[in-house]
Amino acid sequence: MTDQPDTSAADAAAEATDPPSRTEKGPRSFGSLFRSAEIDTRLLGMIGALIVIWIAFNIMSGGTFLTARNLWNLTVQTSVVAIMATGMVLVIVTRNIDLSVGSVLAAVGMAMALLQAEILPDIFGIGHPMVWIVSLAAGIAMGAAIGGLQGVIIAYVGVPSFIVTLGGLLVWRGVAWWMASGRTIAPMDATFQIFGGGSRGTIGGTWTWIIGIAACIGIVVLLVTRRRQRIKFGFQPRPVWAEIALGVVACGVVIGAVAVINSYPMPERLAMQYAEENGIAWPEGGLSIPLGLAAPVLVAIVVTIVMQFVATRTRYGRYVYAIGGNPEAANLAGIKSRWTIVKTFMLLGVLISIASAVQIARLNAATSGMGQLAELYVIAAAVIGGTSLAGGVGTIPGAVLGALVMQSLVSGMVLMGVEAPLQDVVVGIVLIAAVALDSFYQRKAV
Amino acid sequence: MNNIRVAFGGVHAVDDVSVDLFPGEVVALVGGNGAGKTTLIKTLSGAHKADSGQITIDGQDVTIDNPRDAKALGIETIYQTLALAENIDAAGNMFLGRELRSRWGTLDDAAMESETRKVMTRLNPNFQNFKVPVSSLSGGQRQSIAIAKSVYYNARIIIMDEPTAALGPAETAQVGELIKQLKAEGIGIFLISHDIHDVFDLADRICVVLQGKLVGTVNKDDVTMDDVLGMIIIGKLPSDVTETEREQLHG
Repeated sequence: MTDQPDTSAADAAAEATDPPSRTEKGPRSFGSLFRSAEIDTRLLGMIGALIVIWIAFNIMSGGTFLTARNLWNLTVQTSVVAIMATGMVLVIVTRNIDLSVGSVLAAVGMAMALLQAEILPDIFGIGHPMVWIVSLAAGIAMGAAIGGLQGVIIAYVGVPSFIVTLGGLLVWRGVAWWMASGRTIAPMDATFQIFGGGSRGTIGGTWTWIIGIAACIGIVVLLVTRRRQRIKFGFQPRPVWAEIALGVVACGVVIGAVAVINSYPMPERLAMQYAEENGIAWPEGGLSIPLGLAAPVLVAIVVTIVMQFVATRTRYGRYVYAIGGNPEAANLAGIKSRWTIVKTFMLLGVLISIASAVQIARLNAATSGMGQLAELYVIAAAVIGGTSLAGGVGTIPGAVLGALVMQSLVSGMVLMGVEAPLQDVVVGIVLIAAVALDSFYQRKAV
Repeated sequence: MNNIRVAFGGVHAVDDVSVDLFPGEVVALVGGNGAGKTTLIKTLSGAHKADSGQITIDGQDVTIDNPRDAKALGIETIYQTLALAENIDAAGNMFLGRELRSRWGTLDDAAMESETRKVMTRLNPNFQNFKVPVSSLSGGQRQSIAIAKSVYYNARIIIMDEPTAALGPAETAQVGELIKQLKAEGIGIFLISHDIHDVFDLADRICVVLQGKLVGTVNKDDVTMDDVLGMIIIGKLPSDVTETEREQLHG
């Protein structure tokens, strides 16, 4: 008798699931293999493209591309574009565009630099923690305000975003110049410089391992809770082999990345200084102390996780995609579309501010000319990552991968001594090819 | 709905139209293209604001400024265009604007999918594609999502704008069955249709509009299809139509 409720529950669950024929047949092609594992094939294709690019450059550059040093630098160089690209995805998904990214980056950067180099030290004293805290907070507020202003003109006044942000591209560049009459502002606050990942801006080998292991635990917890949830509601869960394979591959990638990053040691001079500060005797042949993750990369990772959460797990994110998919349906469903669009531009503004903080900390200076053409790189990263300019389609991890693909191309060409103009030619062609390939497969899929 | 007026610029799309709807009743709204059927109904669903006039539900005067107000009053609408976000799956569309959320305020996709499956087993037991964007579904499947959306929330009034226009015969019959089922549950239905046969099959009363003005509301049993066609084209009640007009109508 005690078994009775269990059986009926199991029956109900069996009824609710898909017909069994689909799982019994088993995977026949790679496509159906990935489908039954519920893996995004487009994302997988991008990872494949990235691996091809890396291996090709490694062969052509005689083995200098896939070195710990180069990959470490690649991650740092990618972060600024990646941070902004996660916000650009949502803007493009709502059928808008932001061309003012580079100019806003310069204006916000100038403001933050002026605050910490010329204004705040007089109030708090040089090196006071309030100097970097207040300038960062002010920069983020300024980015949100600029994004909000442009968003209101777009959503409530009804001026197309292309025009508003094209105007913004001119306006904010001018503002950046005007703030300091074109002077270069330096140096940055010592603590603030950590954002740039310079000599003090890395977390060291131990912490990198701790973060890597935490990420692996996170992946496993995520997979298990997803599976429990599906079983609880009586849906067909992924096959067990797929869950395990996915977990192993994801954790393997994380651990591999940590291992690569940690095999890049501090430059000797820095290591000597470190040894001296920590009272370690300098041995014969030098010390190999891993630098660990750089602060900009850490910031980019946190931003990516937060943005992925916002895009897929919150109401706001759902509305962004609904507006992009069918603006009329979104309105009829009672979504406040205009306000959602304003919020999206504000979010991008905040991300530009964060990227700007990383940029000026890295350069240890702010100039009114910085961030030129940044908007185009950011848009290109989003588009290479599968974001459709028609709206409604685009993912955060895709955009980050897009930024990594683009930076890998540039970095590889630099290693091979390709001249700058030719680099632009290649990146331009890759952008067009990526979108062409994507629309080709989209048509085939239908 | 009493004395509803809606004007776009100088054009009166709806001019002083009144219509009643009782629980468990189907009222068909008919009229030519541009007669103002959809505009009239949009004042009830909250998509347009009426310039003047009053909407009364259960004896209470209500104000409907936007779709949220309408839904809060138990008025659900199935639009001719279905109003689905093509890039989002069935459950996402069903709960669009009213997402179920977990304890932490995040979207509860599993709960939404589970609820959607429950409703769909009632409406369209063959429906299995819960994980794909709506854009890759057939017309009938999208229609059933749009209908599921309105049924789920225990509506008192359902507005259907051309519910069968994009459907094949079998699916049209299915929608007909559904309307009868909803009627039996005591839900009032406004049905906008071009298909006079559908109207006579499903409606209890027929309300005819022409150029934004109300021609009249008649009981289905009191009139013939010819009478209604006369109202749509000439704009007069059957009793007022003259012999010559009747002859002109039949060529």
